[in-house]
Amino acid sequence: MDIYKELNGILAIWYREIKVFLREKSRIVASIVNPILWLLVFGGGLGSSVSIPGVNYQSFIFPGILTQAVLFSSVFFGVYIVWDRKIDFLKEVLVAPISRTSIFMGKIIGGATDSMVQSIILLLIGLLLSRVGLISGLNITAFSLFAALIILFLSTCAFVSVGLIIGSQMESPEGFQLISSFLIFPLFFLSGALFPINNLPAWLTPLTLADPLTYSVDALRSVLLNVSHFRFIFDVGVLAGFTVLVIIIGTYAFKKMKV
Amino acid sequence: MAIIETEDLTKEYDGLIAVNKLNLKVEEGEIFGLLGPNGAGKSTTLLMLTTIVRPTSGTARVNGFDVVHQPDHVRRSIGIVFQDPSSDDTLTAYENLKLHGMLYNMPKDLREKRIKEVLELVDLTDRKDDLVKQYSGGMRRRLELGRGLMHHPKIVFLDEPTLGLDPQSRENIWHYVEKLSKEERISVIITTHYMDEADKLCNRLAIIDKGRIVASDSPEMLKKVIGGDVINIKIKYPDLEKIKKLDFVKKITEKNGIVSLAVTDANKHLAQILQVIGNVDSVELRSPTLDDVFLLWKVSPQRDESAEGGWAEKIVNYRSKK
Ligand SMILES: Nc1ncnc2c1ncn2[C@@H]1O[C@H](COP(=O)(O)OP(=O)(O)OP(=O)(O)O)[C@@H](O)[C@H]1O
Ligand SMILES: [Mg+2]
Repeated sequence: MDIYKELNGILAIWYREIKVFLREKSRIVASIVNPILWLLVFGGGLGSSVSIPGVNYQSFIFPGILTQAVLFSSVFFGVYIVWDRKIDFLKEVLVAPISRTSIFMGKIIGGATDSMVQSIILLLIGLLLSRVGLISGLNITAFSLFAALIILFLSTCAFVSVGLIIGSQMESPEGFQLISSFLIFPLFFLSGALFPINNLPAWLTPLTLADPLTYSVDALRSVLLNVSHFRFIFDVGVLAGFTVLVIIIGTYAFKKMKV
Repeated sequence: MAIIETEDLTKEYDGLIAVNKLNLKVEEGEIFGLLGPNGAGKSTTLLMLTTIVRPTSGTARVNGFDVVHQPDHVRRSIGIVFQDPSSDDTLTAYENLKLHGMLYNMPKDLREKRIKEVLELVDLTDRKDDLVKQYSGGMRRRLELGRGLMHHPKIVFLDEPTLGLDPQSRENIWHYVEKLSKEERISVIITTHYMDEADKLCNRLAIIDKGRIVASDSPEMLKKVIGGDVINIKIKYPDLEKIKKLDFVKKITEKNGIVSLAVTDANKHLAQILQVIGNVDSVELRSPTLDDVFLLWKVSPQRDESAEGGWAEKIVNYRSKK
């Protein structure tokens, strides 16, 4: 395999995804506005009657909202492969002399770029909100921002893969929508994005522990809030393991994918 | 060496046999046509030859490489224009071409040079920075044609390339395809429904139906199979039985009140035919075209496995069955 050629192929796919992303302004705006509504309205509303020892509720869910935003946009990114197939653009890509692995990698990087742009904007907004005093207790330093971005990057790579795995098997965007929402909502609600996970009912704990998003939220809390349930290194380890696993599955799914 | 060679190439879609034991041989530099009605298996054949669809059974070699085992080598040898639009309409023409160049690992200088050249070729230089969304169907078709040629492929597959183009653009594309084949020895596989196109362009063609080749030869030879000239007679109440008895009438079909006859030495026998058939509304006599070949073949009954030999025999079979 000619590495340089494959890298160029990855770059080509990435180039295209970026162009498309930048042309869809409404998608970018929505991906910023929704999380802010969650943070301010949901966080503000619930935060007035719920208290979590040691932290302000809005600050507490800020990492959760970040992860949610990344989860939604990453999984949703998989729908584009369904569209590519529908408009036959997929054939143009599949007939090019690059491996399916590279196509998959290009797609992941493309999707991850979208999510990272979104994450950076949200982190900056978080910074702003905590400076003006709307939310308090966030530990925002150059280092914590950087660490948060690494965690979000791992998460987006994982969930873009999940989206692409679903997308590679689906014929219609509607079908994709259906399957992905069946997946997204449990992942989000079980992850402890909105509540602490140390005092859960016994039946809920195993589900929460089985949710990869839990570790993403927890790792983010430990860098942005200095509170966490697990050790940081454990969170990152689980998350990285999950990312590698879904990338392997995704590569396989792309190899088997039909036009 | 044959540039394309298939052996019993077959594709089955859950029970439906789209391509059935196809044996094709295309020589280098040839323009080879695939003709057939909707659903005949033309596109599926191209998709297998271009490594996008995996054959159910059989083998195919393109430029000497096996499509299943050496797909990367095959892909580097070919360019294709798909039947349906396959450009990204959220990008501009230029961006689509740039993307293509990147996918084919073209160095930047060469890529920019080729983008310029193909834009000139398909006459889209002025519109290169418009989103493809804003293109007409024909412009988009031209863009995709230019794109398929951009990386200098050795073999070009064109799936109904002139569908929806105006006469001027069709002429241009024919001209270019001929030039490719003559000057650059590029081999071209083209599918089309237009008989004039196949007649004008192709050195050889295969007519396929239900995934099988029913006739394969040069356009001239195929037309010869008709066995003479074609007489079209418009008539209200034709008496076909009487005409059938005439031994110089090789073939009769009737459609929408028009009786078509394939006749040897039509000039000599026209008077006699008119006499037999009675009062006609109008008569047309001409040399056969590929349309006639196509129509003739289309009405032939199921092509059963047992039917031996070439396609002339089948026509004979058809006549005797009727
Ligand atoms: N992905 C698919 N799944 C199931 N059946 C398919 C698929 N693609 C093609 N077919 C079937 O295979 C047969 C051949 O289709 P194909 O597209 O090759 O025909 P074609 O000769 O290109 O026709 P047209 O002139 O309409 O383009 C058709 O019966 C079609 O329904
Ligand atoms: Mg077709």
